[in-house]
Amino acid sequence: MDITKLSAFEMKKKLHQKEITSRELIEAHFNKIEEIDGNINAFITLDKTEALKSADKVDEKIRNGERVGLLGGIPIGVKDNIMTKGIRTTCGSKMLENFIPPYNATIVNRIKEADGIIMGKTNMDEFAMGSSTETSYFGNTKNPIDTERVPGGSSGGSAAAVKACEVALSLGTDTGGSIRQPASYCDVVGIKPTYGIVSRYGVVSMANTLDQVGVFGRDVRDAVLMLSSITGYDEKDSTSFKNPEGTIIFGSFPEEIDYNNYLKGMKVGLPKEIFGNEIDIRIKDQITKSINIIEALGAEIEEISLPHLEYSLAAYYIISTSEVSSNLARFDGVRYGYRAKEYNTLDELYINSRSEAFGEEVKRRIMLGTYSLSSGYADEHYKKALKVRTLIKNDFDKAFSKYDVILSPTSPVLPFKFGEIKDPLSMYMADLFTVPVNLAGLCAMSIPCGYVDNLPVGIQLIGDKYKEANIFKAGLGLEGGLKNGL
Amino acid sequence: MGYKTIIGLEIHTELMTKTKMFCSCANSFGNEANTNCCPVCVGLPGALPVINETAIEYAIKAGIALNSNIITNTRMDRKNYFYSDLVKGYQISQDDLPLCEGGFIEIELGDGTKKVNLQRIHIEEDTGKQTHTTEGDTLIDYNRSGVPLIEIVTKPDMNTPEEARLFLEKLRATLKYIEVSDCKMEEGSLRCDVNINVVDSETGEKTNITEIKNLNSFRGAVKAMEFEEKRHIALLKEGKNTVRETRRWDEVKNETITMRQKLGVADYRFAADGDLAPLVIDNKWIEDIRSNLPELPHDKKERFIDEYNLEPYDAGVLTASKDLAAFYEETIKYVNDPKLVSNWIMGDVLRRLKDEEVEIEDVSLTPKALGQLISIVKDGKINNNTGKKVLKEMFDTGKDPETIVKEQGLIQISDEGELKGIIEKILDENEQSIIDFKNGKDRALGFLVGQIMKASRGKANPQLVNKMLTDMLNER
Ligand SMILES: [Zn+2]
Repeated sequence: MDITKLSAFEMKKKLHQKEITSRELIEAHFNKIEEIDGNINAFITLDKTEALKSADKVDEKIRNGERVGLLGGIPIGVKDNIMTKGIRTTCGSKMLENFIPPYNATIVNRIKEADGIIMGKTNMDEFAMGSSTETSYFGNTKNPIDTERVPGGSSGGSAAAVKACEVALSLGTDTGGSIRQPASYCDVVGIKPTYGIVSRYGVVSMANTLDQVGVFGRDVRDAVLMLSSITGYDEKDSTSFKNPEGTIIFGSFPEEIDYNNYLKGMKVGLPKEIFGNEIDIRIKDQITKSINIIEALGAEIEEISLPHLEYSLAAYYIISTSEVSSNLARFDGVRYGYRAKEYNTLDELYINSRSEAFGEEVKRRIMLGTYSLSSGYADEHYKKALKVRTLIKNDFDKAFSKYDVILSPTSPVLPFKFGEIKDPLSMYMADLFTVPVNLAGLCAMSIPCGYVDNLPVGIQLIGDKYKEANIFKAGLGLEGGLKNGL
Repeated sequence: MGYKTIIGLEIHTELMTKTKMFCSCANSFGNEANTNCCPVCVGLPGALPVINETAIEYAIKAGIALNSNIITNTRMDRKNYFYSDLVKGYQISQDDLPLCEGGFIEIELGDGTKKVNLQRIHIEEDTGKQTHTTEGDTLIDYNRSGVPLIEIVTKPDMNTPEEARLFLEKLRATLKYIEVSDCKMEEGSLRCDVNINVVDSETGEKTNITEIKNLNSFRGAVKAMEFEEKRHIALLKEGKNTVRETRRWDEVKNETITMRQKLGVADYRFAADGDLAPLVIDNKWIEDIRSNLPELPHDKKERFIDEYNLEPYDAGVLTASKDLAAFYEETIKYVNDPKLVSNWIMGDVLRRLKDEEVEIEDVSLTPKALGQLISIVKDGKINNNTGKKVLKEMFDTGKDPETIVKEQGLIQISDEGELKGIIEKILDENEQSIIDFKNGKDRALGFLVGQIMKASRGKANPQLVNKMLTDMLNER
């Protein structure tokens, strides 16, 4: 039995029944990584010593019959834009090539409190800018399904690591689709929760009003397990959501899941603006099959309209790049990170350090954002984009007053080959269906819904703010339906 | 012909909260460099700000005390620029929605009061502090990074450096009264930038506004303004104009020096800080702060006039600083004579403070000791002149007056027998003066009193000496 192929839930069960130890589990995963990661390149940094130490602690707890946390003994990958004390955190950039943070992100502490085992830091597009993990300073991550193809991005490393069974669960961040799109390309489940329910403290900001930490798992239940371990109010993050009804927005799931019941009576909307868009016909067909399953399981499906959706990509790129230009200003070579060797003046110190250490895509977005925010252009670009954002939010608010879940393909295209998309604008199109969710601060999940031409297709389930329970139910229902060949 | 000077000020004041603006690091001056720092205040990747409510409360307090309108729906913005003392590449500040709008301070001029209007008061975080070494290195201390500040911007309502000085003094007194800042310029907790230009009253021609930055003493500020005023007028006289620029005051050369020229308007690319929710301020909170505001200088002055029967001028001086006013009121507890205490403080105490360039809160003289001294003088144990000498001794040594009087044997001689002996001796030695006196020369009496006081080493009771001397002269 290859224990790395078990789901996190199955691993937990075996650990509790003392069929395996956490040390065995973690060693098996490190062996897997050693064997295949040279090819996949899902990891930038590994921390075997610390991981094994943590595993031994969990084993001891189990031996002593002590209470073990929700993630007890499970191997986890953490995207490399999330601060891990003492473990190099690079953001996939030369800028932070040797940066070792002196503190942990709140979510890292939560994983540790839940007895999760952090295996290492996963590869990503530089500073989370990209849809293919091709912009990483540490080289591409390859899609485990087809290594000639991209794993998606920017959380490509986290998605690939889960797919390749190098870890059971992983953390990603999603600013415009950076969890859902790689989940779709790598045939795993990816959740982008509602803005504010997972702390951003210690997560390097790309576009801070859009960024959200989320999770990957090989099935819905695993992903939900991971998410429930990291959500909750954090006083260190002013945008953190203080749930008046307590910390858990979604309940726990029963041991055995009866997929038949989850979709009954649920109202599902299909936005005509998305389905009328240019989508790979193979994806469209596959999505239609899923829609039929959802209907067969008792959901009501109707076409809906989100009239301002067509402006979302434009608004997204203006808002996100504006925020990028401000958020990345702190990487100036003065206090930490890369500093140019040659400079004469203070200005040269900044210019040379930033020119030498930032990659092309990062520079492009900083320039775009600087332009959008500069006086004379801010009204025309940035402020107008904010207005569009409000209109998009209103569209969704209206839709969610009638529907529980809104459904779309996760990506308009199948996983593409390395170097296939050269024009940055075409690359941005990969985020077409995921971006509106971030603009409106909603929750959404991508779940695998089959293969076409040996390539995976993902379907996106969008829920209203703080209504994670709806997308989980719909996801579990659909997942069960697909598995049972409905 | 004449020239009119136009002065506007921008004052940065550090708020004395226990912790910094956006993190829980200590806000304290004088600690070892870079010890009050965390990921937030050094701008590490991933760090996020959380607003310190006390800082907002202090800013509202200042707004109310300076007669501003408090804006209840405001927010924090990012002011983007690069500088090595700035950790995030932006400063969290306020742009188009400052916390306080308008407001004014009244200053007292020789010919009445003048209202200096404020434009706004907004909240900001402070930057780190740089030190340039002689080797050409720049050292940065981030202990100050993230300390809460308010920036007070006036309208260009002041017309002389003196008015600006009066404004600054009143502002400092007010902020110290409400205990939101210690306003120590030498520690950087109050910093002042000046905008100044001059108009030719006849031709209406104006010089370009010059900005003088980082003035770190009131005296320096006034000197810099005086220097600029002259420089602008001289240029106008030559039919020239000033350059739009930022200058700094060189204390050694006693002149302002160009720092940088303003070629265009700096583009700070202001945008709302999405890491912080909009600030919505409850009206009840404002009212609570208003009702708990301590007595302000103007109210205290009025009360001193009413309650202690002081002259308006004296009451004004005594209430110009909260500490001085408190010192006065405390002293009265030990010697219940408001007028007399006022005279002592207005006279000798203030003179000593001025000579030694110290503030009342920094001297060892206590209200209790001063009260005791005034009591001793009032009771006639020592005379007024001896009292003044004792006060000096108290300032220098911190000893209490009783001890000084005892140690130096300064008790006033009121014993008529003893005085008679001294007076007779002096009269015997100065027969000419007696003759002069009899001839109606009043000066002779003064001379004789002086000699007697000298002979008694200043201890003779002056009233008694006067009376006895006159009697004894008449007897001769
Ligand atoms: Zn701090």
